[in-house]
Amino acid sequence: MSCEPWQCAEIAATKKANPIQKPEIAVALIKKAQRPLLIVGSNATERYMGGKPLIEFLIDFANASKVPVVATAHMVGEFLKRGYSPAAFMNAMDIGNRLVDPSWQGLDGKGHPDLVLFVGLPYYMEGLILSGLKHFAPDLKTMTLDNLFHVHASWSFPNATLEEWANNLKVMTSKFEGGQ
Amino acid sequence: MTTKNVRVKIDEMKTNTGLIRNLEISIGKLVDDSWTEPMGPTPKPSLSTLRDWDMKLLSKYKPFYMPDCDLCCLCTFGKCDLTAGKRGACGIDIGAQSSRIVLIACCIGAATHTAHARHMLHHLIEKYGPRYPLDVGGLNIKVEAPITRLVTGIKPETLGDMEEVLEYAEEQITQAVAVAHTGQEGNNLDFESKAFHVGMIDHVGMEVGDIIQVSALNFPKADPEAPLVALGIGSVDLSKPVIMAIGHNVIPSVGIIDYAKDHKVDDKIEVVGLCCTAFDITRYYNRGKIVGPISWQLKFIRGGFADVVVLDEQCVRTDASDEARKVHAPVIAASEKNCMGFKNRTNDPADEIVADLVSGKVAGVLILDPEKVGEVAVRVAQKVAPIRKKMKSLPEIPELIAQAKTCRQCNMCQRSCPQDLKIPAALKAAANGDLAPLTELYEYCIGCGRCEEACPVTLNIHSFIVKAGEKFMLEENNLCRAGRGAIQDVEIRNVGSPIVLGEIPGIVAVVGCSNYPKGGKDVYDICREFALRRYIVVLSGCSAMSAGSYRNSEGKTLYEEFPGGFEAGGVLNVGSCVANSHIAGAAIKVANIFAKRPLRGNYEEIADYIHNRLGAVGLAWGAYSQKAAAIASGFWRLGIPVVVGPHGSKYRRMLLGREDKPEDWEVLDARTGNKVNVGPSPEHLFQTIETKEEAMPTIAKLCIRPNDTWKGRSIKLSHYVDLSKRYLGVMPTDLHLFVRTMADVPMTMKDEFAKILEANNWKETVIPDPTLLPRMVRKVKE
Repeated sequence: MSCEPWQCAEIAATKKANPIQKPEIAVALIKKAQRPLLIVGSNATERYMGGKPLIEFLIDFANASKVPVVATAHMVGEFLKRGYSPAAFMNAMDIGNRLVDPSWQGLDGKGHPDLVLFVGLPYYMEGLILSGLKHFAPDLKTMTLDNLFHVHASWSFPNATLEEWANNLKVMTSKFEGGQ
Repeated sequence: MTTKNVRVKIDEMKTNTGLIRNLEISIGKLVDDSWTEPMGPTPKPSLSTLRDWDMKLLSKYKPFYMPDCDLCCLCTFGKCDLTAGKRGACGIDIGAQSSRIVLIACCIGAATHTAHARHMLHHLIEKYGPRYPLDVGGLNIKVEAPITRLVTGIKPETLGDMEEVLEYAEEQITQAVAVAHTGQEGNNLDFESKAFHVGMIDHVGMEVGDIIQVSALNFPKADPEAPLVALGIGSVDLSKPVIMAIGHNVIPSVGIIDYAKDHKVDDKIEVVGLCCTAFDITRYYNRGKIVGPISWQLKFIRGGFADVVVLDEQCVRTDASDEARKVHAPVIAASEKNCMGFKNRTNDPADEIVADLVSGKVAGVLILDPEKVGEVAVRVAQKVAPIRKKMKSLPEIPELIAQAKTCRQCNMCQRSCPQDLKIPAALKAAANGDLAPLTELYEYCIGCGRCEEACPVTLNIHSFIVKAGEKFMLEENNLCRAGRGAIQDVEIRNVGSPIVLGEIPGIVAVVGCSNYPKGGKDVYDICREFALRRYIVVLSGCSAMSAGSYRNSEGKTLYEEFPGGFEAGGVLNVGSCVANSHIAGAAIKVANIFAKRPLRGNYEEIADYIHNRLGAVGLAWGAYSQKAAAIASGFWRLGIPVVVGPHGSKYRRMLLGREDKPEDWEVLDARTGNKVNVGPSPEHLFQTIETKEEAMPTIAKLCIRPNDTWKGRSIKLSHYVDLSKRYLGVMPTDLHLFVRTMADVPMTMKDEFAKILEANNWKETVIPDPTLLPRMVRKVKE
């Protein structure tokens, strides 16, 4: 699995993401976080693994981990259709903009998130938002659950096949109490 | 016109008192002020004149930066790492650096439009003289140059009057570029203010450019019924010699058309265009055809349709001449800004140039005389066409399949594709004889060719996609309305009241380039949705082409389905890039003609009016260029929000409001001076949208303004709710922020709203006479 940015013209950063070599590492980081948040983009219904759309893997993961979900683009309706209610729906730039504001107290008003997971946004958009967070929210930790390496995240899975990706998501889901 | 240069020279004069020799008197400027409107407070603003206004906007719409690079590499102190708060050797931080990049992009864009206008002005004055009158709409238009009047305080009447306007614009661009030098500005908001400034100047440059070409070249003059023109390669008679012009500056194409007409061969050749030159060809010449937007250059050159390729300026692929060489199509570069490495043959006899191009002795030439371009292009096309026989550089299907078998499935093509298209899977299928997946990519491919550059076995992947989609390409035969130019004063009077009161729910300006995330159909769908809802849909540039490239169930294009007037449910094409100025101009004219706000040198008041009252939104779904950045910036300074498609995130800076911060949404009530919270209206000044579905309710929401009457607000909210339900599948959760009185609530949605209002502890408020400017508050009588 490669730890180069998925899109070739993407510039390697001076401060690069730590690669997540095993899904168990991601799970440990998520469990350690006090106020994690999962941001799900429009590719959630475009990417399929073994005939199953990404969004269904993510619903399983969110149900198991209890990490609140922010649906971007038109994904809120896609979640609701499948019986899952995201904590919020918001434009991707809007959630990024809130995350760089240290005074923002999160979706529930109880505190700023300390770990933000990204998955399924257009690669270049997700990369840019992660860059914004790296520069302007240096205390915030970020992670991507995509199968595409994101250099601007704090932690990112390396580039991986669809089979590996599906396995990573399933393993992560199974490691939470709700996924067993 | 207010000022003129006067110069008197007397070589020799005998009088009763003596002899005068070599007397020369020069008066720099002589005031000839026949325009009775008093000068406003800010004629010809300099870099900092409107800074306070900019800061008012920037305090509501704060920059959200997304740096594309952690480094600054603009001077030899660097490269400097600016990651997460580190400062560079000059002291700059990543926020200021990010806004500096925005400023540089806007400067490039403004310089490009203004230089384009300057080139045309030189040419047109040389041809028609400085006293040639400006005429953008005859008796239908009295405010002929709203941006120019507003910004400079000049009311231009002739081509020569535009000299002073451009001199001002050129000085401001020079000043703004200087700001980007190391060790000048250091504060991010000051960089942003300067980006706004140069955006405003960009609109001046565009307005000059379009007004002079409309006037001198007799383009449609504010005509709602400008002719429908052919769009698509399928509309071109390929049995004739084809001259294809690419770029934005119509002057060389005018040379071609005039020569063809003068020599009575205009019915024997096809003159077609790509990108904005195409629009201006069809505004000048009823036989001209638009073959497509900017992103289709490779496709059409490789398709071999052109017998001569004429390159003018802006957005031309820098390898266009190399690609043309592959299909043996001679190239004429026709702009000083884009010489393409060719020898300058401007002063050579036309016969020699024609002979060299026809024989293939040279692949291309540089000709800077548009009339000579015309003669050479027409003669070469006629001679080359029978020899070339539309030779193309696309593979035949068996060859494509054989080459696809050599694909290593390394994924480098997909990883280089801005759209992340699944090219490896399509090539795998093609290798097995199934071209369907490759054909599916045709609609989504933006024609950049990066896949080919990345391929380790040098497959011509873009050509494969074009070949697979060739049938669709050849069937592209649609209609676009020729660019109509400005909006008539009477049209403004007719719609001024319903727009400002909110009863026409908004103006959606769909503009810009064709770097779409999922093809041009999104643009068509968005335009049609809002036209059916009786918004005014205004188009320009490549978006106007994409909008015309699809048909409804009755086989009608948008331009046939909807009227071309500036009216509820109208779908207008104002024209090429520089015609974007008419969209800003229309907004300004609403403030001036309908609301009777003084225009002359009165930028702040007019922008305040537009920002608080005019429900207009710009949508640049495929914006890619620096020009698009500058155009957007000009709209920002007027307080008009702009949204871009996902690729627009690469502009790396958004201007975002926070609907969760009520303190950001206070305005002054001009009647009382009281502060009134008007909610996030509009919520953002610059925002990236991820999908077409998200764009629909977002556009409707961004049309909400503080000044809406209860009836207008109710109409706007009903569209917002309906579009949210239809495209997002949910009721919006922020409706309480937009309801001021219960009368604002749409009649059919009372119950749904009631629950939301109650849950959010909603309280009634007043509808103010909104302004951000304390000086606009009328004194309350004691």
